[in-house]
Amino acid sequence: MELKETDWVRLEEIINKYNGDSCSLIPLLQDIQETFGYIPPESIESIAEALGLFPSQVQGVITFYAGLSLEPKGKYIVRVCRGTACHVKGGRSILRVVRKELGLEEGETSPDYQFTLETVACLGTCFLAPTLMVNKTYFGKLSPPKVTTILAQYGKEKEES
Amino acid sequence: MEKLLSIVDLEWYRNKLLSKEDEKKTRLYICMTGCRAYGAIELRDSLEEEIKKQGLSDQVEVRSTGCHGFCAKAPVIFIEPPGVQYQEVTPEDAVEIVSVTLKQKRLIERLAYKDPKTGNPIYYRDQIPFYKKQVKRVLANCGRIDPTKIEHYIAEGGYKALVKALSRMTPEEVIEEVISAKLRGRGGAGFPTGRKWKSCRQAPGDSKYVICNADEGDPGAFMDRAVLEGDPHSVLEGMLIGAYAIGAETGYIYVREEYPIAVEHLTIAIEQMKELGLLGENILGTGFNFNIEINKGAGAFVCGEATALMASIEGRRGMPRVKYIHTVESGLWNKPSNLNNVETWANVPLIINNGAKWYGEVGTENSKGTKIFSLAGKVSNTGLVEVPIGVTIKEVVFDIGGGTPKGRKFKAVQIGGPSGGCVPAQYIHLPIDYDTLQRIGSIMGSGGMVVMDENNCMVEIARYFLSFTQSESCGKCAPCRLGTTQLLEILTRITQGRGRIEDLDTLRELGETIIKTSM
Repeated sequence: MELKETDWVRLEEIINKYNGDSCSLIPLLQDIQETFGYIPPESIESIAEALGLFPSQVQGVITFYAGLSLEPKGKYIVRVCRGTACHVKGGRSILRVVRKELGLEEGETSPDYQFTLETVACLGTCFLAPTLMVNKTYFGKLSPPKVTTILAQYGKEKEES
Repeated sequence: MEKLLSIVDLEWYRNKLLSKEDEKKTRLYICMTGCRAYGAIELRDSLEEEIKKQGLSDQVEVRSTGCHGFCAKAPVIFIEPPGVQYQEVTPEDAVEIVSVTLKQKRLIERLAYKDPKTGNPIYYRDQIPFYKKQVKRVLANCGRIDPTKIEHYIAEGGYKALVKALSRMTPEEVIEEVISAKLRGRGGAGFPTGRKWKSCRQAPGDSKYVICNADEGDPGAFMDRAVLEGDPHSVLEGMLIGAYAIGAETGYIYVREEYPIAVEHLTIAIEQMKELGLLGENILGTGFNFNIEINKGAGAFVCGEATALMASIEGRRGMPRVKYIHTVESGLWNKPSNLNNVETWANVPLIINNGAKWYGEVGTENSKGTKIFSLAGKVSNTGLVEVPIGVTIKEVVFDIGGGTPKGRKFKAVQIGGPSGGCVPAQYIHLPIDYDTLQRIGSIMGSGGMVVMDENNCMVEIARYFLSFTQSESCGKCAPCRLGTTQLLEILTRITQGRGRIEDLDTLRELGETIIKTSM
């Protein structure tokens, strides 16, 4: 996947949807995040101007929330749960395997933008513990071999495409 | 769907729905929320296909529902009549289920729950120990209705409480009913809900807000997710009643983005309410106006705290503020705001429908009603349970939860999330209620229960929780930001075998200082 130039037309469209309402900052940012996979840093000034905020306020909100990112993310976001139930059921060894398989640390994205590795406080699916999520799909009752199989599947797609 | 313009319209609509229901039909309930991770979608498709193939389409209804509770045995299906539960069902089982159980009315031993002691199959859900001690009130609809269909909710008596409040009760009477029901906030702190409503109603100001805290962030907790996914209208109806009582015209639901199914079901529910005229101007012709907006969280644990949540709705960094300014007087946009969590709101229609007296039939003197817990960790029957407040920890972990698996010894149960505590084995006979748990140094919390066995190291668990609180500290006040970092460093050192005896004093001193001085 090649990174495209910032699509200013789409960006403006999204910004205009929110009518300059400063209370909509977070939904607006989430919208951009969902559309582009990240919030292009060069868009901060336009967002701030449209909502009547300082760029630093926009930047501050983006960096506060784990769900918003200034860096592009991979096609597949692997979120490993570090909740209590997963922890007592060996979640740490699952995270170790994911790290090793993907060759990534938490918060990192692979150079080909295939994978991003994240950890999440709790996915709220403790009955699946230990668990992880790839985009919006849950995987549960994991063991190290199972993790390898799951990740291999997402990796294979890349080779085929 | 046509708009319902009056209360009579709603009752007419309900009767129309009920008359269309075919009593003779067998219903096959399948969890389409939590069980999705175990292939529930594929299972539903193959069951539907097989029913069609074997010519039973007009006799059997396949219903996609919310969580049935028994997540340990997912995917779970329930067939009624005769009231049978099958567990760990795969798409390949569909042929047999349709031909043997649905057609020949015989039961399949292979798919039944097995008594862990005797190994004998238990077919009927009401005889399975996991369900026996539970009292399903808030979860009554969860697992029985399709949460994406408002018709199902209305057919089960939905929005009756709203009608009662709007037509036969003054806002003050609604508040009095909630006060005498002794409903306490299910989010953890246990503040009396009715009193909170009263303060908010009495607070000066024209525009007021009601807010639903659906930012269930405590690790190990998934009750609110299940309620939102399985019965979103019960929460929304509670909010409407609360808004009427308080005098609010706008409501917000702040829900975690990590809960995509909950967001989806809430969005559908609100759309359907608008279509029927249960949201908007002049609801059911009573002159009551109300609208609800959904705000998705952006991945910050601290936003589960009321004032941080409100800051986040306003579009700011989610940081809590000092506690002496009460949100019921000055909350969202400095207007009087009443915030309750998902489960609290879902209790409201029950109280209004059945009265405070009925509501108080279960529970303890100071904590009435039921509480939903999510059981997870080293326990045989992980899942969602609803029990009267005041049952013992042992009843939940052992009688319902089936105890620790693999014959390992029970060590502790973590209750109340990161701000709660681990209750050790010696307290297992104590009742679960707000006051008792506080007395032994834990809190009720939102309802997550994570069981630990002899293989779990408690020092390591303490380190785990500190790594959590340290990374989720919003950073606004120094005692929390710096204190948790210090605590974590010390505990990490101890778990690596480099502990020093004076660490124990430092830990205690630091802990006390953080409690006293942070916001």
